[in-house]
Amino acid sequence: MTSSAIILALAVFGASAVEAVEALTIVLAAGTTRGWRSATEGVLAALAVLVAIVAGVGVPLVHLVPIDVLRVVIGGLLLVLGLQWLRKAILRATGNKALHDEDAIYASTIAELSEGADRTPAASTQRSGWRSATSGPRDAIGFTVAFKGVFLEGLEVVLVVLTLGASSHRLGLAAAAAAAAIVVVTAVGLAVARQLSEVPENTMKTVVGIMLTSFGVFWVGEGAGLHWPGSDLAILGLIALFAATTGVLIIGMRRPSSDSQAGGSVRRSKPSVGREEVQGST
Amino acid sequence: MTAIKRGFTAFGKFWWEFLVGDTPELLVATLVIVGSALLLRHHQTAGFILVPLITVVALTLSILRGRDPGARRSRSLDLDDSPDP
Repeated sequence: MTSSAIILALAVFGASAVEAVEALTIVLAAGTTRGWRSATEGVLAALAVLVAIVAGVGVPLVHLVPIDVLRVVIGGLLLVLGLQWLRKAILRATGNKALHDEDAIYASTIAELSEGADRTPAASTQRSGWRSATSGPRDAIGFTVAFKGVFLEGLEVVLVVLTLGASSHRLGLAAAAAAAAIVVVTAVGLAVARQLSEVPENTMKTVVGIMLTSFGVFWVGEGAGLHWPGSDLAILGLIALFAATTGVLIIGMRRPSSDSQAGGSVRRSKPSVGREEVQGST
Repeated sequence: MTAIKRGFTAFGKFWWEFLVGDTPELLVATLVIVGSALLLRHHQTAGFILVPLITVVALTLSILRGRDPGARRSRSLDLDDSPDP
């Protein structure tokens, strides 16, 4: 495996892991509140649709579109996505934006789903705690929430898989890396259920943002006809450049008293779960 | 018909949110970067220096734009005006 293939696999794995954490938070909330049968069915339905999109769009994309056009368009998409992630991660790291809090999102989703729970067929079994994935009544809300959570977060994974995989003609590797990330996050998430806030999401988002931006610049250049010095190794140079830029921006723009990434506490606004003092974890 | 219209609306909304969202400057920056790469394809050295440089400048400007204005006025820890995506 070449160095660019390893970097590609790591980038897809990281991006997929971040999205999987967000999706799992919603699924855990839906499963715990509305029943695991409907939540599991929602997850499986969403995964089926996502796999169909990868197969239906990704494969023709690789075989029918000229590679240079593909690289410019896909490099552009990667750049938009990478720059957005990097911007958000830097603003969070410097205390200029609230950190993503999976505990708060979990509590918020639970609160929303619990409304009217007593009127549903799932209510009778809800009080007994966790239920098996194959038993219990069906619940439309649980199914829909789990489906939407997995589908919407999964769409970003699909975009990353398609863009990185198609531009380098390694769709299989990209899909495998994404699948591995989803399996790992799901296994860890179920083992430490409800402690997803411990995942250093902002750090992961920073690293993945740097990688996506680097790949974006690389593929845009390749597709446009630029020949990078060192060929694929130029990706490492771009990663170093954007990592240094990120470091300088974080150090230069860190709010004097927040130190959100260094362990200081910041106050967040989470209207649905109340205002709380939380510890920056990433 | 309504379902198809809803589907198209949702599809358009997804791409709008994905490409533009609250950071239209990053879409503009990406178009500038792609345009620069195409223009500089016959000037290899300038190309592989300027394209990453433009990206760095675009990221820096976008972050400066997104900086919490309260950070310059006070040292308050309150981040209530920071919308969570």
